[in-house]
Amino acid sequence: MDELSTSPEEMDHLFRRESGRMVAAVTRVFGVHNLALAEDVVQDAFCRALEVWSLRGPPENPSAWLVATAKRRALDALRRERTARTFAPELGRLLESEWTVAATVEEFFDAGAIKDALLRMMFSCCHPRLSEDAQVGLILNILCGFSVGEIASAFVCGQAAVEKRSSRGKKTLAGSTRLFDVSVPADFSTRLPAVQRALYLLFNEGYHGASPEFAVRAELCREAMRLTAALLEHPRGATPATYALAALMSLNAARLPARVDSCGNLNSLFDQDRSRWDRRLIEEGLRRLDLSATGDALSEYHVEAAIASVHAAAKTTQETNWGEIVCYYDTLITISPSPIVALNRAIAVGQHEGPERGLNELRAIDGSDRLDAYLFYSAALGEFELRRGEIEIARNHFRTALVVARNPVERRFLEQRVGACEAAGP
Amino acid sequence: MSEFMFLYRGGNRPTSPEEVQQVMQKWMAWFKDLAAEGHVVDRGQPLERSGKVVQAGTKSIIDGPFAEAKDVVGGYTLIKASDISQAAELANGCPVLDRGGQVEVRPVMKLDM
Repeated sequence: MDELSTSPEEMDHLFRRESGRMVAAVTRVFGVHNLALAEDVVQDAFCRALEVWSLRGPPENPSAWLVATAKRRALDALRRERTARTFAPELGRLLESEWTVAATVEEFFDAGAIKDALLRMMFSCCHPRLSEDAQVGLILNILCGFSVGEIASAFVCGQAAVEKRSSRGKKTLAGSTRLFDVSVPADFSTRLPAVQRALYLLFNEGYHGASPEFAVRAELCREAMRLTAALLEHPRGATPATYALAALMSLNAARLPARVDSCGNLNSLFDQDRSRWDRRLIEEGLRRLDLSATGDALSEYHVEAAIASVHAAAKTTQETNWGEIVCYYDTLITISPSPIVALNRAIAVGQHEGPERGLNELRAIDGSDRLDAYLFYSAALGEFELRRGEIEIARNHFRTALVVARNPVERRFLEQRVGACEAAGP
Repeated sequence: MSEFMFLYRGGNRPTSPEEVQQVMQKWMAWFKDLAAEGHVVDRGQPLERSGKVVQAGTKSIIDGPFAEAKDVVGGYTLIKASDISQAAELANGCPVLDRGGQVEVRPVMKLDM
């Protein structure tokens, strides 16, 4: 029990990482209607680890220690609550008899069974009766170990609202007693797109989210990537679209280290120090993009990953193949039309054919009135106006964006753009 | 140098995995500093929160301890310091204090023989 035997990386976010796996495994045995009890059992195991490790130092294999402790606690709870509750209906008799209960629990805590349980929980969280926001919230809460308070601060919204949504979501889950069965191929394929979408939204919340804490946002991205990797490990989960999703995450996450400078200021894609992009993630992303190129279905994830790969290949903004990017956005807008996609397309057009064309595209966006409250829209207008020398108009656009800035980082970025207008001004 | 016993009492339990992580890291850092300066004689042991109490008189054995949760000793450590005020100073950095707990600092009696 020497402190030095556990590397700091191994301890990094250990509890958050283990939480989802263990809650899923315990829930698999308890039944999803006993989710709250499963969460208590896991938190209890964590507190025990805290008590022992604080004094004795963490063990050589912290993860195995936690699994063993949770398993023991789960067994205690099964014995204690046997007469008061019913557990997983499909395991019924196996859990009732003292002859079989320990062996049954043992079986559901081996590495393969834990992976399977994690996937079942992931699919359960994407219940069709829940809104996309609620699905993402449940994944964060149950599978990523974020407390309600932590979710509220990551999404910059009220704790009461998150609490309400979370308890409503858990009630929906509990309505089905058993976790989603990932062994039925037809059910699996039907639910898979919702799971991919939720992981995509989770990643985006990290990448473009409202939280002023860069570390928090990076963690949301990391969690989305971890769960996507778990999905890829399942033979039916590893579809071309999942590979494309994983590719777009890796390729975009590669730019994260350069998005914020040492003072915590936001750098737009155009001003990033590209030597700080993570080469290992870029390579992983490109490899996954290759693996996604099978089958004949082209998903929005394929197109977004392709766009990210064009950026990754360019040494500078000027050397970027903007024409290719515009083509990809043309495709994306037909598969998955949205004002935000249109905005990004307009920016690419402006890069490719000059600010005048960019401005025309921006103004032509369907529903651009809805984008007025979106700071990246005003910021893009400002950028192109500045480039064609309309400094006063540009400054006004940046000021409009400042009004809807969600955090100090965004505010500083826009103030710096207003400053650039002043420097360029007469 | 004299020896002192640190008795850790109470302290709220963390409620989320990340909170567990943070508390754990504080303990690891605190112990690392104590050990680096040669203060740790024995890291000690954590104690279960429940046990038995044997009472005088009737000599009956009952479930206990009955102290309020905040007073229950959760563990102990044996440390070395030049005097009680230095020992108390060292205890002042203990992470249990951040969670509403206490550290009782007790000099180990010296045998004057």
